[in-house]
Amino acid sequence: MSTINLNGTAHHPRNQSTATVAYLSFARSIMLIARREFRDALSSKWFLLYTIAFTTLAIGVSFMSLAGSGEHGFAGFGKTAAGLLNLIMLVVPLMALTAGAGTIAGERERGTLLYLLAQPLSRTELLLGKYVGLAIALICSLCIGFGLSAGLLAWRAGGVGAGSFLMLVVFTSVLALSMLALGVLISVQSRRAGVATGIALFVWLGLVFLSDLGLMAGTLLFKLRVQEVFALAIINPLQAFKMNVIINLNASLDVLGPVGMYASQEYGATLPWLLTGVIVLWCVLPLSIATLIFRKRGGI
Amino acid sequence: MIEARHVTKKFKRVRAVDDLSFDLQAGGSLALWGSNGAGKTTLIRCLLGVFPAKGTIRLNGIDVSKKGKHARAMIGYVPQELAFHDDAKLGSAIRFFAKLRRVDVRQAAQSLALVGLSGHESKRVRDLSGGMKQRLALAIALIADPPIIVLDEPTSNLDSSGRGEVVDTLLRLRKQGKTMIFASHRPDEVITLADQVLVMEQGRLVQQTTPEVLWPSRSSIRSLRLFIEQGDEHHAAEILREGGFAVNHANIGLTVAIEQHRKAEPMNHLAARGIIVRDFELLRDVQQDDEPEHPVRTEPMSEVLR
Repeated sequence: MSTINLNGTAHHPRNQSTATVAYLSFARSIMLIARREFRDALSSKWFLLYTIAFTTLAIGVSFMSLAGSGEHGFAGFGKTAAGLLNLIMLVVPLMALTAGAGTIAGERERGTLLYLLAQPLSRTELLLGKYVGLAIALICSLCIGFGLSAGLLAWRAGGVGAGSFLMLVVFTSVLALSMLALGVLISVQSRRAGVATGIALFVWLGLVFLSDLGLMAGTLLFKLRVQEVFALAIINPLQAFKMNVIINLNASLDVLGPVGMYASQEYGATLPWLLTGVIVLWCVLPLSIATLIFRKRGGI
Repeated sequence: MIEARHVTKKFKRVRAVDDLSFDLQAGGSLALWGSNGAGKTTLIRCLLGVFPAKGTIRLNGIDVSKKGKHARAMIGYVPQELAFHDDAKLGSAIRFFAKLRRVDVRQAAQSLALVGLSGHESKRVRDLSGGMKQRLALAIALIADPPIIVLDEPTSNLDSSGRGEVVDTLLRLRKQGKTMIFASHRPDEVITLADQVLVMEQGRLVQQTTPEVLWPSRSSIRSLRLFIEQGDEHHAAEILREGGFAVNHANIGLTVAIEQHRKAEPMNHLAARGIIVRDFELLRDVQQDDEPEHPVRTEPMSEVLR
């Protein structure tokens, strides 16, 4: 355990190297901020609203999955996962982007950012702490929705396909983390929470709707080759997520047309890793850029 | 203890702090005196390492720009108004800062007791009065017993009773040997708490002096607030300064430090130059009740600063 004394020097057991002490202090500060952020998120209206909305929709989709085949009741895990895909692609980025966008900009607007920065805390610790806290809150929110849905499915339809459903939860969590990182980047750059939320909504619109339209228009206008269309498609983390989930459900990517066929043939078994890598990159890059900007720019 | 050399902070083309240097020994108390926009708050934020600045600021030899986290561990900061999550309870808020400063949470209770907030732990921050919020900010600042206390106009939003409480606490801290830097618009506070004054104007250091030099008749100094048409305030402040008055252009009106028996002079001075004073009020000073009432010789500020 390290402590900082009044002279600003660190006391620590002799057998711990300075680097270890610095790392422990870094990790401890992040966890402290994360705990506070998590508690704040749990008591906030957005968390409650999104959790209720996501849970209701997830259970609704589970119930409706068999409606198309003329039956009533709950479908199995596999069909529900497929049914949930479009819902996740709409709701989860919205949840994560807006939550991330409000974090630093909100503190800045309330005047609490200055007070936190005046404490013995580095900017990196503050930013990462807030990210970790929000990430845990978001994943908890998703797990409540998925968990209740899974509980009902297990009760009414048995446990077949539970593995795919579990993987869907994992992929969704990674997608949420990437969108949260993008939201934090927006937040770092915004002076007001309202502006940050507005930009986040615009980015959401772009990722969910406009990028597909843009890709279609680009394909027609520039007569893009299939490999170029694939490359452009997977730049969008939502498309990468969609393809990954389809592969995970043991479905053929052929449903996505020539691009899907090309991806299956060209990348084979490495495709899920490539797609996962793209989404992870969408976590790491925005968060790293946000940290750099927050540190370099200084001020409040 | 505190060593600032050629500190300069620019916001685009505006130099908020311009080539400012000063020293403050351990146990000393330094007041930052100047109008709104003089650069007091910016200087405080540079001292905290919140604003990156040119030049060097060292606290006990630690460079704030390079080891901001360690430097801030030596500072207890009290803002103009406590900005903390309104929903947070006082007890949990102070425990959070105790953990952040790596001190035993039991010290949180001691710190609250020191500022007279024991028993209020379950109250939410939003339910605290202005004075209580400032005392909470003081409790948070003192939680790790830091050697340096930095305060940014800590009493500007308080009524006279709240102001008295805060100033009394700060006096006790001074007696304990804390090093203190504070910004204030009130001469009575500067006289009571400071042994050095940095007079600032438009980011520049006009003079590093003492309250005795600025206000020789310190026992009868009063703070007079003048209300002038908004567009004329800046011009009026300039006229008063040229006339040798110590004036601050604060958020509400102009605050003029004036001897007890010369209270009409600033108004007459402005009237002679065509500036109409709409209204005025005499601010209640921190130690007003204890002060002797006797006339003293005074000098215009321009002569004092010469």
